[in-house]
Amino acid sequence: MSEEKKVVIKRLKSAQTMGQFMVDYYRELDQAAKAGKPKIAWCTSVGPAEILRALGFLIYFPETHSAMLGTSRMATELIPVANAIGYSPDICSYLTADIGAFCKGVSPLQKAFKIDSVPKPDVLVYNTNQCRDVQDWFTWYSEKFNVPVVGIHTYRGVGEVTDAHLDSISKQFENLVAPLEDVADRKLDMDEFKQIVALSRECSDLWDQCLAKAAAMPSPLTFFDGCTLMGPAVVGRGTQKAIDAYKILLGELEERVGSHDGALEDEQFRIYWDGMPVWGRLGVHSKMFAGLNANVIASTYCSSWIFSALDPNDPFTSMARAYTELFIVRSDDYKEEYIRNKLDFFKCDGIIYHNAKTCPNNTNCLYGMPQRLEQDTGIPSLIIDGDLNDLRLLSDEQTKTNVEAFIEQLEERK
Amino acid sequence: MGASRTKVALLDASRKFIGRAVAKSGTDFAATAQRLLEKALDMAGARKSDIACATATGYGRKNVGFITSDAKTEISCHARGCYHYFPEAISIIDIGGQDNKVIKLDAKGQRTNFKMNRKCAAGTGAFLEEMSLRLDIPLEDMNGLAMQSENMVKLGSFCTVFSATEVLENIRMGKKVPDIVKGLFYSVIRRVLEMDLLSEQVVMTGGVVAHNPYLVDMAAEIIGHDILVPDYPQFTGAIGAALYAMQNRSRQGS
Ligand code: SF4
Repeated sequence: MSEEKKVVIKRLKSAQTMGQFMVDYYRELDQAAKAGKPKIAWCTSVGPAEILRALGFLIYFPETHSAMLGTSRMATELIPVANAIGYSPDICSYLTADIGAFCKGVSPLQKAFKIDSVPKPDVLVYNTNQCRDVQDWFTWYSEKFNVPVVGIHTYRGVGEVTDAHLDSISKQFENLVAPLEDVADRKLDMDEFKQIVALSRECSDLWDQCLAKAAAMPSPLTFFDGCTLMGPAVVGRGTQKAIDAYKILLGELEERVGSHDGALEDEQFRIYWDGMPVWGRLGVHSKMFAGLNANVIASTYCSSWIFSALDPNDPFTSMARAYTELFIVRSDDYKEEYIRNKLDFFKCDGIIYHNAKTCPNNTNCLYGMPQRLEQDTGIPSLIIDGDLNDLRLLSDEQTKTNVEAFIEQLEERK
Repeated sequence: MGASRTKVALLDASRKFIGRAVAKSGTDFAATAQRLLEKALDMAGARKSDIACATATGYGRKNVGFITSDAKTEISCHARGCYHYFPEAISIIDIGGQDNKVIKLDAKGQRTNFKMNRKCAAGTGAFLEEMSLRLDIPLEDMNGLAMQSENMVKLGSFCTVFSATEVLENIRMGKKVPDIVKGLFYSVIRRVLEMDLLSEQVVMTGGVVAHNPYLVDMAAEIIGHDILVPDYPQFTGAIGAALYAMQNRSRQGS
């Protein structure tokens, strides 16, 4: 396990297509912001994007921007700026990094796409299905920009999704329409809306199929690829362009599976990742695992943008279902069953839980789940302490030793 | 090659522990390792050319020049070293200068689980070092002082800095130094025992344990039964590394 070993990770050609998608996406937003049209809505990553698109908004997702603050390693410098104005270092470091960046007038978009600043919103729309932090975050911007903020207040820890849940959430979706129509200055066209829901569903299905390709041995895909490849599924759902991009990706993955071409040269261990990535260490972690011949092939996180319930024939209710059925919204019973199925489907040798200090919502190792699942499946687990964006909460050396020791443990079992 | 101390262990072909050396790791890891190797060879009455195989472990495992097989993490090496002395299902508690580990092995010596301490110094040697500075007591006197305690001071905090404040408060209140030191020991033990459930047989290792054997007595009292300690608790990781090197060599048949 020497560090000198040359690490080979075979990149996907279609990663370029996905990259170009993101460039075009941000450029279009920038132009709209400058021209004042089309109108721009800011939306949470699992917020009601379909309604917004059907009303003609371009959609900007602050979380994606925060992830860029993470990957560009700007976040750790900016989080303290938000801490100083009262947002604790213990809360979501997407929020603190993003607000910090705004206060400082900096953005990773400047370097990445030559875009001066984030596109000014005409309205902000959240869904608390993922956490409460998004409401606080969006409310702060609503005051800054003096634009309306609206939201869905959803359930958390949901076991079975019942009609009562769906009734309440779909009504809330319907009630969003009027205030959003006011901002958009147009009416919601139901046919157009259904069309968008259909596109969003197609995008979700394609992304689902792409991720499922990692079940092949060796896997053509790594979790670390997935974290960037998922960009269009997050920001582009409801558009034909995202669908086109995923068709290309799926084609390449199928080709790789057909020729048993794995992402790693020598895939000895198959690992499931639960929790968020450490954005500022995506490359480092990718190389670290590859150097140990361990492929992190699947994750809860990348699968969070699969909305299989979306149904154009019943847009409001199916949206209510899709956005409530999500992993992050569910009870631990459900989550355990979900991960158990994934470990089985992807034939994993081990599971790593990332305990992201500032996002308990995406962290699933705090209530005894690793112990229960390990007992149940016999699949060894490891918890690593870290964070999505705040690198002050990370010890690279500890992570490395833990991961290496974990792979040694798996090796001894073989 | 630990974050705080480097240890060299020499084993002969029959796996007998024949030479050892330990010193602060310092800033030049490679040089420290080299120097200690020579010292251990002296002790064993051997020469460098007698070394059939070697491996490295610990924080600086990638900085050691003379190894013949891939470095192993300290988790694996501690496990291997302890199982060598106690071949049964064991929970290992290792208290090192910078971190703690709880490692669980089944009866066959296979690791079932391990945990390292989280980010802070609570429960590590670094905590005791910091406190010895604050109290102006040499590190090596702490064990003796703790044993004299008649009325231990209880310290409540997780955090090293908060604990230091608590210690100052107790000094101000006129509490006796031995009682405070025992309180510090107790805090170290508690932090470590909180990390995981332990199986029946518990083994304690690490430099902190080697120099402060009273910690073992205190831990035994808390868990309610005896704790196993190998002959050279500070060297189990290094011994485990040597055992791995030997295994590797026989596998390769060289
Ligand atoms: S889910 Fe976590 S990372 Fe995402 S916005 Fe909420 S707190 Fe932040």
